[in-house]
Amino acid sequence: MAASLQIAGIRKVYGKGDKAVEVLKRIDIDVAPGEFLILVGPSGCGKSTLLNIIAGLEDPSEGQLLIGGKDVVGVAPAQRDIAMVFQSYALYPTMSVADNIGFALEMRKVPKEARIKRIAEVAAMLQIEHLLDRRPAQLSGGQRQRVAMGRALARDPQLFLFDEPLSNLDAKLRVEMRAEIKRLHQISGITSVYVTHDQIEAMTLGSRIAVMKDGILQQIGTPDDIYRRPANTYVAGFIGSPTMNFIAGRAGGTGAGGLFSFEGSSLDLDCPAPNGAVMLGQRPEHIHLQADAPWRGEVILVEPTGADTYVVIKTAVGPITVRVPPNTSIKVGEQTGLTVSSKHNNWFDAESGVRLM
Amino acid sequence: MKNNFESWLPKLVVAPAFVLGFAFIYGFMVWNGVLSVTASRMLPNYDEFVGLAQYQQLFEMDRWWVALRNLGIFSVLYVGGSMLLGMVLAIFLDQKVRGEGALRTIYLYPMALSFIVTGTAWKWILNPSLGLEKLMHDLGWASFHFDWLVQSETAIYCVVIAGIWQSAGFAMALFLAGLRGIDDSIIKAAQMDGASLPRIYWRIILPVLRPVVFSTILVLAHLSIKSFDLVMALTAGGPGYSTDVPATFMFVMSFTRGQIGLGAASATMMLATVAAIVVPYLYSELRAKPHDR
Amino acid sequence: MIAKHLPRALLYAVLAVAALFFLAPLYVMLATSLKDAEQIRSGNLLSLPTSINFEAWSLAWSSACTGVDCRGLQPYFWNSVSMALPAVLISTAWGAVNGYVLSLWKFKGSELLFGFLLFGVFMPFQVVLLPMSQVLGYLGLSSSITGLVLVHCLAGMAGTTLFFRNYYTAIPKELVNAARMDGAGFWRIFWRIVVPMSTPILMVTLIWQFTNIWNDFLFGVAFSGADSKPITVGLNNMVNTSSSVKSYNVDMAAAVIAGLPTMLVYVLAGQYFVKGLMAGAVKG
Repeated sequence: MAASLQIAGIRKVYGKGDKAVEVLKRIDIDVAPGEFLILVGPSGCGKSTLLNIIAGLEDPSEGQLLIGGKDVVGVAPAQRDIAMVFQSYALYPTMSVADNIGFALEMRKVPKEARIKRIAEVAAMLQIEHLLDRRPAQLSGGQRQRVAMGRALARDPQLFLFDEPLSNLDAKLRVEMRAEIKRLHQISGITSVYVTHDQIEAMTLGSRIAVMKDGILQQIGTPDDIYRRPANTYVAGFIGSPTMNFIAGRAGGTGAGGLFSFEGSSLDLDCPAPNGAVMLGQRPEHIHLQADAPWRGEVILVEPTGADTYVVIKTAVGPITVRVPPNTSIKVGEQTGLTVSSKHNNWFDAESGVRLM
Repeated sequence: MKNNFESWLPKLVVAPAFVLGFAFIYGFMVWNGVLSVTASRMLPNYDEFVGLAQYQQLFEMDRWWVALRNLGIFSVLYVGGSMLLGMVLAIFLDQKVRGEGALRTIYLYPMALSFIVTGTAWKWILNPSLGLEKLMHDLGWASFHFDWLVQSETAIYCVVIAGIWQSAGFAMALFLAGLRGIDDSIIKAAQMDGASLPRIYWRIILPVLRPVVFSTILVLAHLSIKSFDLVMALTAGGPGYSTDVPATFMFVMSFTRGQIGLGAASATMMLATVAAIVVPYLYSELRAKPHDR
Repeated sequence: MIAKHLPRALLYAVLAVAALFFLAPLYVMLATSLKDAEQIRSGNLLSLPTSINFEAWSLAWSSACTGVDCRGLQPYFWNSVSMALPAVLISTAWGAVNGYVLSLWKFKGSELLFGFLLFGVFMPFQVVLLPMSQVLGYLGLSSSITGLVLVHCLAGMAGTTLFFRNYYTAIPKELVNAARMDGAGFWRIFWRIVVPMSTPILMVTLIWQFTNIWNDFLFGVAFSGADSKPITVGLNNMVNTSSSVKSYNVDMAAAVIAGLPTMLVYVLAGQYFVKGLMAGAVKG
């Protein structure tokens, strides 16, 4: 029974007076039942604090939290019917896997038979039936991760919370578990909030992503929205790897015939652009090498990754990263030219970083 | 917005500890202080306040000065002796000897005994006619004379010997743990740099052991200030009051001589001595710990 | 490391002499307790008993005089037992619960309060003797075993709390949070999760407390009456009774009896005892 989640005006301040730190500034987010929301941002942005507030492990300084329409601020975590998967899994070390999974059911006084049945169901879903009698210390990282998820799944709660659950796994396992989490969400359909600092996880797992920085929601939207139309330079630089290139300059003239001039060169504008001091953002895949283009630079780094190759060009306006097909022959030290595909232009205010167009 | 009983239950649970604990520690300290400024004798007398008269009397008593002098001698020799012996044993045991476990058990077992048992045993061993002296005579050393226990001048040194016997193992255990904590590669690096053994000890090992030395001194000094049991069993403060220490002085005055005010004053003095050592240490320890949420 | 430099022979010699130094008194106690008065007079400290004689032991246990009472150490032994067992269990349990709160349910000011409580581990108990005897009087518990149990619990609580709190700080807060989310409350988390993880520290604390309480003399002599004296007081009285004939063999037998319980604990579970010693000395 998935519930809706409304975060309304949540603020969190630590400390008092001039030592007060506002960790969450005013967060408003609506999560529809069954949605998979990702909270992503750098460490210290407040995402874990927000998760703890949703869980009831911490209280907000202001604001309301509505789960299924009911305000739960002040309600103990045990009463909120929320299951959480922790970064360190937090499995009970002296209990068997089966007891770990069934613990919450035990706390709710579910009768033994029903408990055993449910534990078996969940174990089958996660393919850990053979581990039920083991202790957490005898399991590998990936197995512990599954048990932690099993513990959360067994409860069939209103809401699922994930606190960076994959950070402690190695890269290969992480990819596996990501797919696993996605699969389980499709089966269970439970509303989920997932915290991570890894933007790839964010992009692949979420139905919607909320990017946070310094306690403020920078942007919330589908992965596509965030990627293609980032709301400010921060989001633009955070999502996407390698990061978006930023070119600072002045744009003038409207429509065809306009010019964007920047250190060392300029670009004709063949589409609408804002006037004045602006930042042009272009992702590496939308900049191209063209030997005879007027905007020139020197190749200083060539990074083949197998599927693509990234070339870093030193220009007067700064280093520009360009994605090229893997079989392109290009060498460090070569001089080359750059063009952009203007329909992917992202225009940001030069000072505030806010998206203009 | 305040939660539920998750927020007040822990406080409730720990309240008796704080309430009773503080009453026991600080409340009684104050109460004892109050007693020390009254003219209480056999029974507490809260009607007669005499200011610092009890303290004055205290410091005019020869017996108290003897007790203080003994505390000084005992503390220095007991702490120093235990640490020295403990350090030597620890260094030797650290040399990968066979039977280390058994030896450690042997050196440490006295700590498991009551000071009364220790005192009783040593009282017999140092018995002037039938103890050590007789043994030495029987072994051929006819002129050996050892009646320290019954001579006012030397009795306190018997307490020292028994004390070191009891606690050297403890010092050894602490030093051994400290030595074991030192990374071998530092020593090897020093050896490759050409440092000689004593040099290595002096410049590298000892400085690393400083915190261990410090805590050992602290614990032993603390034990010595409390050294009531050992003195009572070994000499009962005697001969006369030549082996009195503040702890025995306090007890005798308060419970045997019916001089509660005086006893309380001596207790306050003991407290002041301990506090002078312990409070700065505690303060620095607690400050150093980071406060986590 | 320095092994190559010190002659091994010297090393072992010193260690052996030290071992003898520590073992000698034990030997003397045992040997003397097995001799009769004649052997004591004619032999010396180290001479072996010519015949094993357990009479001193039975005297020490059941009929030696401690002051006016001539019932041996037996009643005092049982006094100590009935004092030590409750005191050890209560002070340990109390310390466990306190330590649990102070490490996993910290609240504003809890660290500060704990710091103040810590002084109780160090303070000289002379300073509480007089007030405590007054309080015991008010409560009608003077000269009773219950009174002694009370004192030991109050005095030991700071130390046991310290032990458990330091141990429990190693438990990750996430574990507690997970249990909270699963619906477990304060006590359930304690019983189902924390206590099962506590075996090592429980052993250390129980043994440490038992050793300290059984061996205590100060509280025993200050607060006990004719029927509640613990064995340390009984032993001291027995040995210091000025009677005409000193029976050193009985004295030694009595000393061994008094020391046996804690020695036994040490021999059987010494590793925990050592951990307690270390924990007491090196904090954090």
